[in-house]
Amino acid sequence: MSEAGIESRKAPTDAAVAIRNLSKSFDNVEVLRDVNLEVKKGDVVTILGSSGSGKSTLLRCINWLEQPERGSIHIAGERIGTTDDGRAMSVKALARVRAKTGMVFQGFNLWPHLNVLHNVTEAPIHVLGKSRHEAEAHARELLEKVGMSHKMDAYPNTLSGGQKQRVAIARALAMQPEVMLFDEPTSALDPELVGEVLGVIKDLSAEGYTMVIVTHEMAFSRAVSDQVVFLEKGLIIEQADPETFFTNPATERVQKFLERHD
Amino acid sequence: MNNWQILWQARDQFWSGFLSTMTIFGLSISAAFLIGCVMLYLLEGSRPRLAMPLRVFIDGMRMLPFLILAYLLYYGLPGLGIRLDAWWSGIGALAVYHGCYFAEIFRGARLTFPPGQVEAAKAHGFTKGKMFLRLILPQIIMQTRPLLGNQLIYALKDTAFLVIITVQELTAAANSLSGTYFIPTEAFIVVIGFYWAVSIVMEVIIKQCGRFSARRGFDNV
Repeated sequence: MSEAGIESRKAPTDAAVAIRNLSKSFDNVEVLRDVNLEVKKGDVVTILGSSGSGKSTLLRCINWLEQPERGSIHIAGERIGTTDDGRAMSVKALARVRAKTGMVFQGFNLWPHLNVLHNVTEAPIHVLGKSRHEAEAHARELLEKVGMSHKMDAYPNTLSGGQKQRVAIARALAMQPEVMLFDEPTSALDPELVGEVLGVIKDLSAEGYTMVIVTHEMAFSRAVSDQVVFLEKGLIIEQADPETFFTNPATERVQKFLERHD
Repeated sequence: MNNWQILWQARDQFWSGFLSTMTIFGLSISAAFLIGCVMLYLLEGSRPRLAMPLRVFIDGMRMLPFLILAYLLYYGLPGLGIRLDAWWSGIGALAVYHGCYFAEIFRGARLTFPPGQVEAAKAHGFTKGKMFLRLILPQIIMQTRPLLGNQLIYALKDTAFLVIITVQELTAAANSLSGTYFIPTEAFIVVIGFYWAVSIVMEVIIKQCGRFSARRGFDNV
């Protein structure tokens, strides 16, 4: 067995997310090329890049909504998607590891036939096996946290985009995930509703949640991140703390990108 | 004694025919609904070897006149060594036939089901079975409610075909009375009244159910 093989099998550190040598293509177009990224517990990592750079794909690989061809991903020390010898995980095992991540989508994806409270309690009850009583108590707390407790009985079709996204955040938090994944959480919102959602995410970072956020909001990224990652054509071309990244970027590509987003 | 009086005196026959029709209808559409749901689940991707024959079967049923299916089950199955009485072959035929229609209605709605919701369910750790039962199926049912209501009315009317395989239901009662006393018009008017009343009651119930889905934004009743 090769040296590299042994290396990739080594148990990962205590990182919340450890991505090793990740590659992925769609129809012969490489969208991720040998990506390595580690997200420490409690850290907030934002992923920036122009559209088509592979940032959403990278995020969706973390909970295996996209399947990479090569590489490995560990969530809190547990490998997702494939076993150590490269075979596909059983459906049940995959679902169990997935439940350690919480995901917030650009398009909210609330379940419209359930009211706000039941959107939040659905997975804790039917995936984690919590009692209804326990799940509802927790859901009430979370809805309070995202400022949606006054809409507990409302159905998603009566909510604004910002309200839907706050419910979606509470729904993901209800799984008590090791890491929260945000896929452009404000891109589908009216400009005046962006603030309320970013505000909630900022509060979560202050509470020590581990988060990976794909976003186009530069000021937000700068304010909230511990680490900023810049993706270009499937490669991480720059990775730094926000101060360095935004004031003193190492590459010309990032300088140009930042100029355009000022 | 005029024709209506004759029929009034035979009201027990109508009533027991009506009860048979309602029993057959109730049992067969419940079974059909279940069959439709199970077929929809089996058609959910990743099982091409099962989905293909199932599609062929569903399309086959939809091309077949119900009357012929009822004949086949009652007169044809004994040739294969399976003998069902008229009652159960009638219920079986209705259940399978309308089950396929239900499956087709559901399948149409499933094709336009928002994939984002399935992703959200996966991301929250749902496995296929639970996702189907808790998140996909309830929405599909709410969305297809008006079509399901129509199908129920078709199924009710199809119960009348069972007279030809000797099931003693409502149409059979009218048939026998009209034969005995030669008053076909009046006898069938009574029966039409029964079918009509049941259809109207069903329509009201289905409409009421629409409020439930309208609150969730599925349609505008």
